[in-house]
Amino acid sequence: MSILKLTATTAVIALTATTVAARDNVQIAGSSTVLPYASIVAEAFGENFDFPAPVVESGGSSAGLRRFCEGVGENTIDIANASRAIRENEVAACAEAGVTDIIEVRIGYDGIVFASQIDGPAFTAFEPADIFNALAPQVMVDGELVDNPHTRWSDFNADLPDAEILAFIPGTKHGTREVFEEKVIAAGCEATGAFDAMMAAGMSEDDAEDACLAVRTDGRSVDIDGDYTETLARLDANANAIGVFGLSFYENNTDKLKVAEISGVAPSTETVASGEYPVSRPLYFYIKAAHLGVIPGLQEFASFFVADEVAGPGGPLATYGLVSDPELAETQNIVANAITMN
Amino acid sequence: MTDATSNAPAIKGTASSLLTESPLMKKRNAAEARFRMYGVIALCIGLGFLVFLAVSILRNGIPAFTQTVVSVEFTLTQEQFDEAESKMLKTAAYTEIFVNGVTAQLQERGLDVPFDGGTIERLMGKVGGDLRSFYRDNPEAIGVPTTFELPAASRVERYLQGNLTREMVVDGRFLEAADLDVVDALAEAGIITSAFDWNFITGADTGVDNPGGAGIGVSVIGSFFMMLVVLVLSLPIGVAASIYLEEFAPRNRFTDLIEVNISNLAAVPSIVFGILGLAVFIQFAHLPQSAPLVGGLVLTLMTLPTIVISTRAALKAVPPSIRDAALGVGASKMQAVFHHVLPLAMPGILTGTIIGLAQALGETAPLLLIGMVGYVAREYPDGFASGLLDPNSAMPAQIYTWAARSDEAFFEKAWGGIIVLLLFLLTMNLIAILLRRKFERRW
Repeated sequence: MSILKLTATTAVIALTATTVAARDNVQIAGSSTVLPYASIVAEAFGENFDFPAPVVESGGSSAGLRRFCEGVGENTIDIANASRAIRENEVAACAEAGVTDIIEVRIGYDGIVFASQIDGPAFTAFEPADIFNALAPQVMVDGELVDNPHTRWSDFNADLPDAEILAFIPGTKHGTREVFEEKVIAAGCEATGAFDAMMAAGMSEDDAEDACLAVRTDGRSVDIDGDYTETLARLDANANAIGVFGLSFYENNTDKLKVAEISGVAPSTETVASGEYPVSRPLYFYIKAAHLGVIPGLQEFASFFVADEVAGPGGPLATYGLVSDPELAETQNIVANAITMN
Repeated sequence: MTDATSNAPAIKGTASSLLTESPLMKKRNAAEARFRMYGVIALCIGLGFLVFLAVSILRNGIPAFTQTVVSVEFTLTQEQFDEAESKMLKTAAYTEIFVNGVTAQLQERGLDVPFDGGTIERLMGKVGGDLRSFYRDNPEAIGVPTTFELPAASRVERYLQGNLTREMVVDGRFLEAADLDVVDALAEAGIITSAFDWNFITGADTGVDNPGGAGIGVSVIGSFFMMLVVLVLSLPIGVAASIYLEEFAPRNRFTDLIEVNISNLAAVPSIVFGILGLAVFIQFAHLPQSAPLVGGLVLTLMTLPTIVISTRAALKAVPPSIRDAALGVGASKMQAVFHHVLPLAMPGILTGTIIGLAQALGETAPLLLIGMVGYVAREYPDGFASGLLDPNSAMPAQIYTWAARSDEAFFEKAWGGIIVLLLFLLTMNLIAILLRRKFERRW
């Protein structure tokens, strides 16, 4: 009997393998920051068009772009979401695998905020220098570059609460980490004079820049590789900790979190859009131009995503927390005419 | 052992009575009592964890099965239908028409508290998609007053459940503190009510801004198709392999090697099978991404060793006298195995299969790599082949996805999903027990 079953199942497998029809849905993967927006658009696309809703997978910007660059064909993804711009080496890897025509689509901006428990210590205002002093492995103390001696926020800035330093920051696979490093840690590094001190100590400019991005490894700065919900859960358990979130995540959880001003500017969609709030980054997705016209609905989905009704102010993405791109018209033009990078 | 040898001379030297406890006897009795106590403590700790788990799952998950709904009568005119259908974002147009209609209706009816269209919009969940699909499926309903029960916003639901208090509300575009007065008034008027959420059991996944519409139904189907693939492949292959190894294969170095490898495979972390599945089934064999077929194939690899090991144990447990008797009356080796040994081993094989399937059912890690985690379970498959090949998720992957979303209402859905997953598992176990009862034979 089992032999009969066995042959039957091999037959089924063989049958299904040969009837793998042309894919009729768009496949998307990448950044977990862009995922919420992409899922909103995907659901609306399925509801408003006669195409099936696209599949949106999570996994992080780098992982998504790696899959994007695997090649051209139905068993590769059509769109990669990224919370940072594609890198030179990724473009090269793409080209090597035959993915030469890439369309870059900027969907809007996202603020990165520092938040803490709503009943926790009064973390209400930070300068990039404060974050650097708290989290860098080496900081300036009395004009000397020394191993970070700070254990409490009040150690280096009397205006900050007398609380243990503990920060949950995005892990290195997240695009958010890069923005955090560049806009906060590196800015703090220069502001405190640590950068100049490193240069003076004989480091090359590149080495000093790299050293500026490091965070301390003694357990006071914790990398979170999961999603913001994990950061939120860790904050729930640590009243003194601060966490790094996306603006939209914070706005969805204002009953639990309070947010800190950076350089005197409170994060909001307005301050991010105007550029006053310093820690923000553009969000992107990348389209494989070779798949346009092959995968049904890909062109329509991309146009729908950046349409005024969806990505513009007042659209569902803005309602959820995306900061609309003032230059959306240009993006719409790029998508409509399939203008590739370079 | 050491006790016995060291103490033996002491016993020989003393005249002891069985009625009085010697010190040694006391010591041994005490040791036994202690050991029993340890056992009871271990059992209590285990039970404690189980109760804690069950209580927290039920407490957090039960609310996912009820939903706060706004029930109102609403009429859509033909002009409004045409106007909405002419827009690009049709669902938003439906929402706007609906909110305007309901606002006008409520203003006419009069509430004690002031409100405007914005208030109603904040209190409603995402209704555009539901409305559009209703009117497209029922064109005869256009122009006819129809009573709708549509999901309220997730924050309204949390407020009515008592998880969100007035003090916690920070005025924003999602909710304003003044809106809660309107919620109270509407609840009093019977417009906002609580209803059993069938959609949670039958529905599909939604975008992150629509927790009210999310359901686990589609991913249950995904899990079902995956389990089907696992069962259809791993049971015959696993049983055939173990029958051959146990009954027919010669004992030599080669079969020993195979045996060691099977035991090792059973301990390989599941994520490894995910990477293998990505490389072999998707990149090499060009099977579709996110398909339950691929998920089932990957989980088959994971389940096979479990089935082989338990089947071999079950075959070994059949007394040799059965085989000898069958051979003695002239049955061939194959007849002896298939007519006598295999039926007797069936209960054990079924148990092993169900344990393997249950393990596979709860697996998320390999599914991450073959693209089944994310916004994937969007629609029901429209047939058997589509069920195997069209992108779908699985229950544990869906739970994982929901738990990672920022709106707390999805967290509740994740707990509800766990209940559904456990029910699925219990059903599977029940079937296994029934089958085992049917096949069981004692001698």
